[in-house]
Amino acid sequence: MIYLKAVLSLGLMGAVFGLALALAAKKFAIEQDPRQDRIVEVLPGANCGGCGFPGCSGLAAAIVAEKAPVDGCPVGGPAVAAKVAAIMGVEVGAAKERKVARVLCQGSSDNCGSRFVYDGLSDCKAAQLVDGGAKACVYGCLGLGSCVAACSFDALHMGPDGLPVVDEEECTSCGRCVAACPRGIIQLVPAAQSVTVLCRSYARGAEVRKTCKVGCIGCGLCVKVCPTGAVTVENNLAVIDPAKCDACGKCVEKCPTKCIVMKGAKASADALAAS
Amino acid sequence: MATMVAKTFRGGVHAHYHKEDTASKPIRRLPPPARVVIPLHQHTGAPCEPLVKVGDEVKVGQKIGDSSARLTAPVHASVSGKVVGISLHPQSGGRDVLSVIIESDGKETLDEHVEPRTDVDHLSADEIKAVIREAGIVGLGGAAFPTYFKLTPPPGKSFDTVILNGAECEPYLSADHRLMVERPGDIVDGARLLLKATGVNRAYIGIEENKPDAIEAISKAVKGDDRISVVPLKVKYPQGAEKQLIWAILGREVPSGGLPVDVGVVVNNVGTAAAVRDAVFSGMPLVERVVTVAGSCIAEPQNVVVKVGMLVSDLIEACGGYSAPPAKVIIGGPMMGVAQFTTDIPVTKGTSGVLLLSKDEAAPCDAMPCVRCGKCVEACSMRLMPLWIASYAEAGRFDDAERMNALDCIECGCCSFICPSRRRLVQAIRLAKSEIMARRRRAQAK
Repeated sequence: MIYLKAVLSLGLMGAVFGLALALAAKKFAIEQDPRQDRIVEVLPGANCGGCGFPGCSGLAAAIVAEKAPVDGCPVGGPAVAAKVAAIMGVEVGAAKERKVARVLCQGSSDNCGSRFVYDGLSDCKAAQLVDGGAKACVYGCLGLGSCVAACSFDALHMGPDGLPVVDEEECTSCGRCVAACPRGIIQLVPAAQSVTVLCRSYARGAEVRKTCKVGCIGCGLCVKVCPTGAVTVENNLAVIDPAKCDACGKCVEKCPTKCIVMKGAKASADALAAS
Repeated sequence: MATMVAKTFRGGVHAHYHKEDTASKPIRRLPPPARVVIPLHQHTGAPCEPLVKVGDEVKVGQKIGDSSARLTAPVHASVSGKVVGISLHPQSGGRDVLSVIIESDGKETLDEHVEPRTDVDHLSADEIKAVIREAGIVGLGGAAFPTYFKLTPPPGKSFDTVILNGAECEPYLSADHRLMVERPGDIVDGARLLLKATGVNRAYIGIEENKPDAIEAISKAVKGDDRISVVPLKVKYPQGAEKQLIWAILGREVPSGGLPVDVGVVVNNVGTAAAVRDAVFSGMPLVERVVTVAGSCIAEPQNVVVKVGMLVSDLIEACGGYSAPPAKVIIGGPMMGVAQFTTDIPVTKGTSGVLLLSKDEAAPCDAMPCVRCGKCVEACSMRLMPLWIASYAEAGRFDDAERMNALDCIECGCCSFICPSRRRLVQAIRLAKSEIMARRRRAQAK
């Protein structure tokens, strides 16, 4: 008998509460677009913030609300964009050009000295606050690896010469390393762009010569030698217009400090041909 | 006075003071250097525009730079001679600053504007403030904040007390100490001018107890003026920090994010008071200051009167040169001063000391993990929790650092000093402060 009482009372209570919960769920239900969850499922899920929204669910909500394009995820690239477009029932626009992060400095410890011994936090932004950084070149890489720590895709590593190296295959162009660098040395460039000026120094040639072996001295030889007019010198620094550059490599050859280099696919193809 | 109990604040640290080498020697006036480099931006606020050209002849006290900005301080030639260059020159802090380079003719000819004033008693508050501005006077304790600006309360606020800071709590430094012993009358005259300029009739001069001769000299000088009293302070760092000094003397707490004016107080260094006196009585703008040159690597540690713009390398030479190769050169005190990587920098209005420290005095050390001992919390003079702010900063969690009131940190360095794990606490908090401010600027720009 005692068992029956317990079963009945608990069963009754369960039924009442269950009903109340069911009604509450109906009454206070939050309208959510079912597409949002499906989009979250196809997004990479790294929550890197490269899209500019707070994590993948943030981007999904924005896409559903039509505040972000279906190809808003820089990490997923065209593949993810196609899946998101299918969920949203729209067409993807022209495929976005794939970008990669590039470290625009070759000032390793061998090439560029130090002004003083820095003995403090291993963080580039903190080091920058101490007398403007220990590096002899005030535009050069401080080499403490804040960008490496910021990368959530294992695409950045510290090289043996104290400069970060980007694994361009792994790089998703989320842009976190760009934000982590206090000197703006890392930039997102089109992956197809092979000729790159690996220097960010606006200092005059003579000053660059004093501090760095591989800095751009703004001599303008690259401008002269370029057959397509893709190179200009602005603020003592060579700038290449990727739209005009046909990667002939003449400037790379001519550059006296070797600060213009061939990178990416073209470089690997050349290396293959040479071997 | 003898019955008075020395006042202080909560927190702080006791460092070795190392003042004995310089505190007992009289201040020596250095001969004018052959060349001065006068930065056009030596103060908090907008940089000055040069008022002279290369090739111009200038005289001592002649204004060579000024700005139309609200917060600024003009700069003056500290020697007579010829302007040989106006170019970027390194300054303590690592930045290159536009500077006027003057080659001295050795004659020390005074500018015609520099003449003693006979009508000092008739000057109004605004006139005194105008003289202070024109004389380019800034806080000589080290922060170099324009003094005239500080003396004008923002709308809706007012002063009721002036505090003169003679604590000089930074180890090694004894420039204020010597000034108080040698020119107590001038400092008290300066205090009276500051009272008049702010329209206040209560002033305190706070001096740490380890300077009994200074307390005695100043007490003697204030005798007969019951508006001004001398307050002996406990010997503790950072007793000379503005907010800590106000708490010790008046028991008033400057609110978080606030300024001394929020509790009706304006604090000035004793050196600033003497400079105000000089500017008003003799018409001489701020072209020289007392600098402590100390540390175990200088041949003749001493306090010297130096022309603004004299190169630190020349200053070291004038003090007998190095007695041993220094491991660290610091401008300012060892707690808050800035280590330098070159001595090719000029003495500016804010240079209170030049320290040449040996390897033993400035040994580099490796940071170890935090052991949560809480010593930094005990030592924090602002009652913050440095360990948390620093860990948040190192983890990039700047919102959390802001929630822990990182912006209230005065960067006195007590936490780093006391930390048994030698963690870079102040540096991490400074990083947090700069990031929080950068975020605020970005948010504002949006």
